[in-house]
Amino acid sequence: MKQLKQTLITLLTLFFLSASNLYSDNVKIGTEGAYPPWNAKDASGKLVGFEVDLAMELCKIMKHNCTLVEQDWDGMIPALQSGKFDAIMAGMSITDERKQKINFSQGYADEVASFAVLKGSNIKPKTPKSISLSDIDSNDQKTLAALKDAFEGKIVGVQSGTIHQNFLKSGLIGKVNVWTYKTQDEVNLDLASGRIDAGLAAAVAFEDYNAKAGSKLKLVGPTFSGGTFGNGVGVGIRKADSGLLSDFNSAIDTARQKGIIKKLAIKHFGFDASM
Amino acid sequence: MKPLIDNFPDLLKSALLTLELTIFSILIGLLIGLIFSLMRISKIKILYFFSYYYSFVFRGTPLFVQIFIIYFGLAQLEFIRDSILWAVLKKPYWCAIIAFALNTGAYTSEIFRSGFEKIDKNLVEAANSLGLSNLKTFLTITLPIAIKRSLPAYGNEMILMLKGTSLASTVTLLDLTGTAKYIISTHFNPVEVFIFVGSIYLFFTFLIHTFIKYLERKFRYY
Repeated sequence: MKQLKQTLITLLTLFFLSASNLYSDNVKIGTEGAYPPWNAKDASGKLVGFEVDLAMELCKIMKHNCTLVEQDWDGMIPALQSGKFDAIMAGMSITDERKQKINFSQGYADEVASFAVLKGSNIKPKTPKSISLSDIDSNDQKTLAALKDAFEGKIVGVQSGTIHQNFLKSGLIGKVNVWTYKTQDEVNLDLASGRIDAGLAAAVAFEDYNAKAGSKLKLVGPTFSGGTFGNGVGVGIRKADSGLLSDFNSAIDTARQKGIIKKLAIKHFGFDASM
Repeated sequence: MKPLIDNFPDLLKSALLTLELTIFSILIGLLIGLIFSLMRISKIKILYFFSYYYSFVFRGTPLFVQIFIIYFGLAQLEFIRDSILWAVLKKPYWCAIIAFALNTGAYTSEIFRSGFEKIDKNLVEAANSLGLSNLKTFLTITLPIAIKRSLPAYGNEMILMLKGTSLASTVTLLDLTGTAKYIISTHFNPVEVFIFVGSIYLFFTFLIHTFIKYLERKFRYY
């Protein structure tokens, strides 16, 4: 009995040690592989995209060996915490909710969110080109009111567990009918088939789909930033791994100074999304 | 615990949706299963083969694949989107019910088929010799015995269907699993949420279990 107890304790200790292992020289980076152009997979199943290239560049600067690990979006943060990988680079915006659970490096890129509808849709909100939700003034209120009218009772598709879902849930544009999907691809499919009235995601995600599927969609309304949309995209790291955090922060500094981030952003997004 | 309490109304609603999906799928599946099991024991070749291959296909492919083909696959076809069927297939709710019912119907047909096939021919002959019509023999002798013999396996299938409804979350429905995933993706606490949701499934399983036991008692004279 005693021996059994001891064995169990040893096994449990080993289990927890291995689960919380600090990164060794091999840094595992988790990404979704389903959110082009941030991260995606090519026809042969290889991971490609802005963050895949950037991860390799940052690792070169940090002189770490890195491997990329695929992970479904909805389990991304739990997988980081359970030690499946050591860092997240998955187009994950830096938000206050997420910061309660994990640390973020400084942002490396930022781009705006936008609604998209099927071409020929009658949803045409009259709004300015962009809106920042960081501090909402009277003009912004007007924009939000216009959106509220345009989307009242409409079905809007979003990827589950994203800033886009949080925005629609926040009630800033009233009661919309939110449908959630596991991946952005599925949002695009249902948007194209006409099941849903609109989608909300990174503007580049819709543009990427248009480029591949023949311009079926059209962006409407303003582009969103700030507030629930977070402050750029950064590397997610466990709270305990402060060493890795500072490694990433200084590597991002270096990559920015050398113009690497800008170059990769232009290659993948078509414009300079670096920050 | 706080996320669970905050989201309690949503969890309640989603538990009802899970129950609703399960009950509808099982009822429609039961009808499909009965019809197809009768086709399977019929002497008409075309009915037999149709039933055989239906069951072969729906038992031979994952439910996940079936629901994806019905929801995302059919929506890709323009003639489906232009047809009257689109009014139904447009809705994730009906796509889920169709997929679940067709799937459980295939299993149910196999369960009843084996129930029918095992019936002692002497019983039927005895009933005939007493002057009962074929229909009356079927309704009062064959069917009740087949049901009784199928009950344990059928209870199993009902439980499998209950758990199968968790795939509804893959087609945007916020059933128990979908809501659990939503809470986890905003609060990042998989363990407590899944334990809570798991116990609700366990409770539903308990209800099914009790119901089947009740039926077994009711049919004990056959």
